[in-house]
Amino acid sequence: MADKILNKIYVKVWRQNSPKAKGRFETYTVENVSQGTSFLEMIDILNDQLILGGKDPIAFDHDCREGICGMCSLYVNGHAHGPDTQVTTCQLHMRRFNDGQTITVEPWRVGAFPVVKDLIVDRTAFEKIQQAGGFISVNTGGVPDGNTIPILQDDAEEAMDAAACIGCGACAATCKNSSAMLFLAAKVSQFAKLPQGQVEAKRRAKAMVAKMDELGFGGCTNTGACELACPKSISIAHIARLNREYLVAKLSD
Amino acid sequence: MSILNSKIPEGPIAQKWSNHKAKIKVVSPNNKRKLEIIVIGTGLAGASAAASLSELGYNVKAFCYQDSPRRAHSIAAQGGINAAKNYQNDNDSVYRLFYDTVKGGDYRSREANVHRLAEVSPNIIDQCVAQGVPFAREYGGLLSNRSFGGVLVSRTFYARGQTGQQLLLGAYSALNRQIAEGGVKMYTRHEMIDLITIDGKARGIIARDMVTGEVKRFGAHAVVIASGGYGNVFFLSTNAMGCNASASWVCYKKGAYFANPCFVQIHPTCIPVHGSQQSKLTLMSESLRNDGRVWTPRKMEDAEKLRKGILSPNDIADPDRDFYLERRYPSYGNLVPRDVASRAAKERCDAGFGVNSEGKAVYLDFKYSIERLGRHTIEKRYGNLFQMYEKITDHDPYTEPMQIYPAIHYTMGGTWVDYNLMTTIPGLYAIGEANFSDHGANRLGASALMQGLADGYFVLPYTIGDYLAGEIMVPKIDTNLPEFIEAEKQAVGKLEKLFNINGKTPVDHFHKRLGTIMWDNVGMARNAAGLTKAIKEIQELRVEFYKDLLVPGEMKNVNPELEKAGRVADFIELGELLARDALNRNESCGGHFREESATDEGEAKRDDENFAYVAAWEFKGVDSEPILHKEDLVFETIALTQRSYK
Repeated sequence: MADKILNKIYVKVWRQNSPKAKGRFETYTVENVSQGTSFLEMIDILNDQLILGGKDPIAFDHDCREGICGMCSLYVNGHAHGPDTQVTTCQLHMRRFNDGQTITVEPWRVGAFPVVKDLIVDRTAFEKIQQAGGFISVNTGGVPDGNTIPILQDDAEEAMDAAACIGCGACAATCKNSSAMLFLAAKVSQFAKLPQGQVEAKRRAKAMVAKMDELGFGGCTNTGACELACPKSISIAHIARLNREYLVAKLSD
Repeated sequence: MSILNSKIPEGPIAQKWSNHKAKIKVVSPNNKRKLEIIVIGTGLAGASAAASLSELGYNVKAFCYQDSPRRAHSIAAQGGINAAKNYQNDNDSVYRLFYDTVKGGDYRSREANVHRLAEVSPNIIDQCVAQGVPFAREYGGLLSNRSFGGVLVSRTFYARGQTGQQLLLGAYSALNRQIAEGGVKMYTRHEMIDLITIDGKARGIIARDMVTGEVKRFGAHAVVIASGGYGNVFFLSTNAMGCNASASWVCYKKGAYFANPCFVQIHPTCIPVHGSQQSKLTLMSESLRNDGRVWTPRKMEDAEKLRKGILSPNDIADPDRDFYLERRYPSYGNLVPRDVASRAAKERCDAGFGVNSEGKAVYLDFKYSIERLGRHTIEKRYGNLFQMYEKITDHDPYTEPMQIYPAIHYTMGGTWVDYNLMTTIPGLYAIGEANFSDHGANRLGASALMQGLADGYFVLPYTIGDYLAGEIMVPKIDTNLPEFIEAEKQAVGKLEKLFNINGKTPVDHFHKRLGTIMWDNVGMARNAAGLTKAIKEIQELRVEFYKDLLVPGEMKNVNPELEKAGRVADFIELGELLARDALNRNESCGGHFREESATDEGEAKRDDENFAYVAAWEFKGVDSEPILHKEDLVFETIALTQRSYK
């Protein structure tokens, strides 16, 4: 199963030396790339070329390279995580591209995620949303036996569907309003489906939504673009559940 | 007589931990408030420790190199977490988990530590459930289990193929709660580059802010290393790109002994290497061996045709398939431990039966379980793994077998710790994969998550009090002390040195060359000649590194090349120690296979008479040989026998 070779591709990349610096696109040529190479490995090859040519390599976030850590965060040809579906940028492979093609690479474009350098953005805002209430308040120790809390299999599965979120930010980056609703909803919905999450449900929904608004993310207008961009296919049904949780919480104020 | 004091408590094995807890000191709540603890790394061990210590009232500073603690590489663990719950009524028990782990580790772990691990394992599951971790459930609503390699019971809890992610998100949520409450100060995108010791005690760290490039000083009454293993010494591994050993390595160079570095786990089921540009390897969970059957062709001509792409695996009839694990190990079959499965795959490929174009792959076939259970069940169990495989290879594992080959995955060796998880430097602790103590020479599947969380939730929070009780009179550590100023100066000097080499070769080139030396000579099969050669080649590589390294960019900005250069400089030194340890250990045990020490059937042959010890190495300078200290392993409970999975 030998992979085909792309003789030449053009990579048009956003370069920005620091948060305050002015950014610009630069286009580079990369030759002889196997289609079995991952997209980030192609960037590795390009960076090697840049370093050997005395230039500054492109800074980009990446870590596990198996689609689970949520670190990689690129807009490739106008799509969050590239043209493939249900993948992160690190799982995208060069077989999705053609010889001679120009590939445009940009960082997430979200006001709440300022650019740090080149393709790296600061997603601290997501951390703050989680810190506002994305937990069940139990200390270590003194908890009941795991099997004293039976959970309907379907509920556990649905909670897991939501919990699969990797916090990459593709949802907010894709949303025309730069809303973080899918990210936030995934956490709230996970706990909403579990008995353990009920005690703090109201406080959680209110605190997390308030924090999201405070951080400058936009509102949700239900276009569903986030679900399509989500590498884990998290459903916008979770946003509906969040809205319900939020409404119930607000009504009981 | 060894100078290492493992501090294993007296008494029968089942009472040691209880006896110990009853005897160790406890710090009062008002004193906890005055004490500071630094935690390096926010994977399962680090995040659970940081959260639990903060809940107790300590002031915690936690560090990770990623942009969020949730991205630590524990997130990538797939299959599950073991616990001696005996929910399946299959005669599991704390003793059986203890026994399986000691045996699985090929009798090179410390009995008392392993028993404690098994004892606290049920509490981990309870804790995670309380946090809202969505474990798999049966129709009746109770927790579900699956089997893993090297055991005869079903004790592995799981959340689809994303157990590590879910457990880490649980610990991360506990950590977030403490960050919000102010008990934990979180430093993301920070990398520890030195350890501060004052009067022999750990008192703080030097860290580089990876955004601004600033080098900073942090003080604390104790420092906890939870920065994972050193698998990336091999360049290609299942570790994340950023996983590194530098925190452990600076501690080693400050006097913490490093134990059993040659115990490296090579995981049997990874997606095979393709081409020369590959940056990392992807694991396919061990849980797949519950339902997948491993085979290679029986006939050499079939293997040749498969390699050339003339035949497809589905063309080969059952009688022409060699299910070599089932053939060689009838009682455990496809579920033999990882080291055994890896060596068996290598044996088949070396004999010429490998199935990909490089001849370095075997099949993992789900045809039989799909026929037995239906596609739907397999999809439910492993859907995300199958999707991952398909995205990477462009082949559909539902209709043709997966190709797999062993790859570096986990390191059992690490910083030496006593029973309290304290290193040879007072006040410095190592937990999770970063320490050496629980897995011996081979780790069983689903036990890494167990150990990380056991250390962080239930062991360290108790044992660290025993030390800190003696520190309550020590005021907040002043980072303007000369030791801090000097360490900062040296750390900056080290970075400048890397910059100023101004050579011609980017750091990845050195890393790849190191990886090749390691894989070829210190990989799945090792011998004295190859190891001696490796040590020499690594030393030469180090000289070349400091002559010809090219680090572009700026010191005071985001600079991934500078980060990598620092890590690879340490990997080169660690690689040499790894080879040295492998050369010293002239026996085969677990993941460490010395060709000189094999049975007639090609199985690993241990030498208990000469090597039933922990090899703890003391740093004596980069150009000097390290000193070997031996901690004798005493087996009071389990009799040493040659391991058999037949």
